[in-house]
Amino acid sequence: MREVAIIGVGDTKFGELWDMGFRDIGIAAGLAAVQDANLAAEEIDALYVGNMSAGRFIEQEHVAALIADYSGLARDNIPATRIEAAGASGGLALRQGYLAVASGMHDLVVVGGAEKMTDVGDTMAAEIQSSSTDQQWEVTFGATFPALHAMIARRHMHDYGTTREQLASVAVLNHLHGSMNPKAQFQRAIDLKTVLNAPPVAEPLGMFDCAPSSDGAAAVVLCAMEKAHKHTDKPIRILASAQASDTLALHARSDITSFQATRVAARHAFKQAGLEPKDIQVAEVHDNFTISELLAIEDLGFFPKGQGGKAVVDGQVAIGGKVAVNTSGGLKARGDPIGATGVAQVVEIVSQLRGTAGKRQVAGARFGLTQNVGGTGATVVVTILGAN
Amino acid sequence: MSTARLWRENPSRYNLAASKCGVCGKVFFPPRNVCSTCHRKSIGKMEQLLLSGEGEVYSYSVVHEAPSQFEMLKPYVLAMVRMDEGVMLTSQLIDVDPKEVDIGMRVKTTLRKVGEDGPAGVIYYGYKFTPNP
Repeated sequence: MREVAIIGVGDTKFGELWDMGFRDIGIAAGLAAVQDANLAAEEIDALYVGNMSAGRFIEQEHVAALIADYSGLARDNIPATRIEAAGASGGLALRQGYLAVASGMHDLVVVGGAEKMTDVGDTMAAEIQSSSTDQQWEVTFGATFPALHAMIARRHMHDYGTTREQLASVAVLNHLHGSMNPKAQFQRAIDLKTVLNAPPVAEPLGMFDCAPSSDGAAAVVLCAMEKAHKHTDKPIRILASAQASDTLALHARSDITSFQATRVAARHAFKQAGLEPKDIQVAEVHDNFTISELLAIEDLGFFPKGQGGKAVVDGQVAIGGKVAVNTSGGLKARGDPIGATGVAQVVEIVSQLRGTAGKRQVAGARFGLTQNVGGTGATVVVTILGAN
Repeated sequence: MSTARLWRENPSRYNLAASKCGVCGKVFFPPRNVCSTCHRKSIGKMEQLLLSGEGEVYSYSVVHEAPSQFEMLKPYVLAMVRMDEGVMLTSQLIDVDPKEVDIGMRVKTTLRKVGEDGPAGVIYYGYKFTPNP
């Protein structure tokens, strides 16, 4: 396996982008990444696109071919592949691009992620998102995506004494981080009372415990490390890429206060990178709900099981804490255009490792991690990046 | 949704048909053709088992934002219930004040209308939970 570097990144603003369609956002992110990498289109060997449900959001399948076409790459007839794993589509697309370069099959690959969610109404968007869980044996009986996470939260509170205030603190912190990110969907800091007094969605979770529906896209350019210096002085190394699965339905697991797929993927990733959780200075984790961030920081090994809530309240995941988590604002404040999210996480970590994250820069960041989740933890991708 | 898609699940939705691994005894709901522990050793050895319908609440949520077909029911209690046979099911917990629900509460299944396949489609039935003091 060859070493793989990220030599370019690009993304759009996340949010309700009424004036942009799926192809507009996809191309905007892709072109930004290609410009950042200082590439000529002829050098690109392949394209991977992470997307969950264009078929239901915009009634368009076959979106990798669409992106290849509108980015002008179809003229060169390069292979273009769509990857789907619900919320983990973007992270998994990155992993497929990584494998293609690491194996020696391709030298230079563009990986994008995109979702256009606001062309359907909120209720429909929620129904589409819930299809990442077990449609026949959970959703049919009244389960919603927030309700399944609410049951995780309820059980975590029962087993570990996690409090409502600790959950709410996750949203407060991620909104604070989002206020420093000009591309975030929500750029306003909020206080604890706002989260606690928000209308309930699925108790104990309220509106501010849930990531929004978003439009957006992100892209990265991958290159064999041995050729990266031709394009950039600051290649970012992919030190590890790991993926794991679990049961599709939450009720098929013996314990729901932990995502086993996160634990397994993290174990493999840290082993591949030759690092431990304490070596990571900055991480982007899948906080589609406040409880999800607690599970993530515990299952990744940053904090002991059950101590995630306390760690957040104590400022240990803030910028300047033990490990800065979701400096982009996370899914909660930056936004969650499903298929784009896993790629956008990597874009944020690359900015941090390059030292170009502006007001939210983590001083001395050398190693960063992303954790990208599909459904209620049935797919998890963990990626570890290092400054060169 | 086609009528057949609902009809072929009737044994499990109506009668709680589960399967039990003939090698290790692990119970699965809905039924599976292969045991996730015994793998190929379990092929051809999965036996049908009808769940008793009794169990206790493992976790729950009061749902306020719901898909259009549950609009008339909200807010409703959704629960994960660990059945006495060890397997877990997800469905609504009804005929109860949401404030009375707690983890560990004893419940049993009851056959109820679960949903409709649009305004002109079939009405389908299945299990929900009620308190079982």
